[in-house]
Amino acid sequence: MSINLYKMQYTVDERGYYGEFGGAWIPEMMYTNINELKHRYLEIMEEESFRKEFDELMKDYVGRPSPLYYARRLSEKYGSHIYLKREDLNHTGSHKLNNTIGQILLALKLGKTRIIAETGAGQHGLATATVCALKGLKCVVYMGALDVKRQDPNVRKMKMLGAEVIPVHSGNKTLKDATNEAMRDWISHPEDTHYIIGSVVGPHPYPDMVARFQSVISAEMKKQLAEKTGSELPKRVLACVGGGSNAAGAFYHYLDHPEVELIGVEAAGLGVDTKETAATLAVGSPGVLHAARTILMQNHDGQVTEPYSISAGLDYPGIGPLHAHLFKTGRARYLNATDEETLRAVLLLTQLEGIIPALESAHALAALEKISLQPNEISVICLSGRGDKDMQTYLDYFGY
Amino acid sequence: MNMTGKVMSLKPALMENHMQNRIDDLFREKDKNILSVYFTAGYPNLGDTATIIRLLEENGADLIEVGMPFSDPTADGPTIQASSDQALKNGMTLEILFEQLSDIRSHVKIPLVLMGYINPVLQYGVEKFCRQCSRTGIDGIILPDLPPDEFSLNYQEVFKANNLHNIYLITPQTPDSRILEIDRLSTGFIYMVSSSSTTGAGKKVSDFSREYFSRVKNLKLQHPQVIGFGISDRETFENACQYAHGAIIGSAFVKALQQPDPLEVIISRFVAGITGTEDREG
Ligand SMILES: Cc1ncc(COP(=O)(O)O)c(C=O)c1O
Repeated sequence: MSINLYKMQYTVDERGYYGEFGGAWIPEMMYTNINELKHRYLEIMEEESFRKEFDELMKDYVGRPSPLYYARRLSEKYGSHIYLKREDLNHTGSHKLNNTIGQILLALKLGKTRIIAETGAGQHGLATATVCALKGLKCVVYMGALDVKRQDPNVRKMKMLGAEVIPVHSGNKTLKDATNEAMRDWISHPEDTHYIIGSVVGPHPYPDMVARFQSVISAEMKKQLAEKTGSELPKRVLACVGGGSNAAGAFYHYLDHPEVELIGVEAAGLGVDTKETAATLAVGSPGVLHAARTILMQNHDGQVTEPYSISAGLDYPGIGPLHAHLFKTGRARYLNATDEETLRAVLLLTQLEGIIPALESAHALAALEKISLQPNEISVICLSGRGDKDMQTYLDYFGY
Repeated sequence: MNMTGKVMSLKPALMENHMQNRIDDLFREKDKNILSVYFTAGYPNLGDTATIIRLLEENGADLIEVGMPFSDPTADGPTIQASSDQALKNGMTLEILFEQLSDIRSHVKIPLVLMGYINPVLQYGVEKFCRQCSRTGIDGIILPDLPPDEFSLNYQEVFKANNLHNIYLITPQTPDSRILEIDRLSTGFIYMVSSSSTTGAGKKVSDFSREYFSRVKNLKLQHPQVIGFGISDRETFENACQYAHGAIIGSAFVKALQQPDPLEVIISRFVAGITGTEDREG
């Protein structure tokens, strides 16, 4: 029961909108593929054979359910109860595999034989290369040339898995540019190719589809919390937000429980008052990016501005339309953490709990410093990934 | 050979229902071998926009698509991406583009179309954009990432009020039923994307799917069709013109603009190379 099809207040409407955000602002060259996906994704996700294989792979291949871990020493430090949802313990080291397992099965049902993906931190590229190896499909991953450098271990893993990694040299050479290039690839290969988008971004139905695949995170959280604390509902859920897929998954089953506080944490880079930031909701405005109406970082002429964050996975000038909607309606609150605050949080978790988190996930941890935590409250943090890929950055910064 | 341009400086409120549009006039007067040329505004130099338009008309282009540069042109290949980047580095904005074109109708009579992406237009304000286009004498708009459903729902009225044609793309993957639907929604002409690709892909039109071209021809659409993407020289142009009312050259022209010669020389050489001035019909 990992893919939840139950209706909630914050699902997309017929046209793929969450309130004023979303839609499919695609060029005609993408129409046939998007239209097929739009008409078939729910039906395929409900098929018995799809569900059975998805659930089996989630359990035996990804290693789900991921543990909900009570972080005792971290809780003591903050004087409040803190649980970590351990997506870092998934196969390949992040939540990204939940989505790629779902999409590869979908792609097979659609008869596709070639898979493309964009990646920032390389975690989504790795998760895509992994499922392509699992199913024997050809895999091409687009990655900004800067990210190829800063996430080298993941690049090598993808290659070892048989994927072709194509460095992208346009723009800032990061996630946005990789996404542009993947879209161009899809335009040029409309027949045999499925594009596995790695977050809750892009044209409808991607944001909804990816959120549904990731919703396994909060489905498990509810059950685990009930077992451990007697209630499914925590005081709050925190997650880092790049495009927003781990946050969408961690929020999903709590959206209809207004008493649960939902907090997304964006990457402030060097600070939201500098130009070197990726905190889209703090500095952005409405527009269309990567075929969705959402909030994005742009100048007065509507040119998308280049983001900056130390974390390749959050270094993106947009945000999924669901989050734009949650932000606009006030259902979720969005904070941000700078590079430095994040690195401090990395070391704190490492030395208090013996867990080295991914840079992305550590943004959520850093936000603990920014909210008032009461002694009897329960906070759940989605620990979206592990720090293996960031070791070079950590070693350089901390000097070990 | 080109139509006579009507002065288009009236405010929308004063317009009559059936305004003339230079695009319709063009296709009424010329039903084959229409040469449409695309270039990116503000490239190679910020101030070249109006000069390039004027020279293209002088040398015999029938229609011009002025590219509005965008930071993330996802439907474009490397050549137009690079020109777009350079134009933005040169300082091009929509504001500046309209300034550069404010006087264009005192020199140029052929239809002008603005082509680009939706986000800069949204930031400028769609209504203000349309009014500004109408005031400038722009005849049509091509925004590939403004799909038909969003257009009809939100923007059709304001385009109409400003006598702007909205030009849709069709591709080899577009099903017949949708082509007919797009034909119903279209004004001006239909932009037939030659093959599954971004702009500038180096295929020969002879390699393109004849099946697709014949299929579209057999649909007997109300609106004329112009083939674009991958048209780069006389051979591909003539080939495309066998299947449609004309063809659009983009990347090949943008590439030609990188040559070190003066614009006068580049543009006359380029257009002559496509149409061969001696056998132009008029
Ligand atoms: C570990 C980890 N967390 C979070 C993200 C950000 O993605 P999203 O906001 O879609 O969860 C990434 C992206 O690469 C990641 O690798």
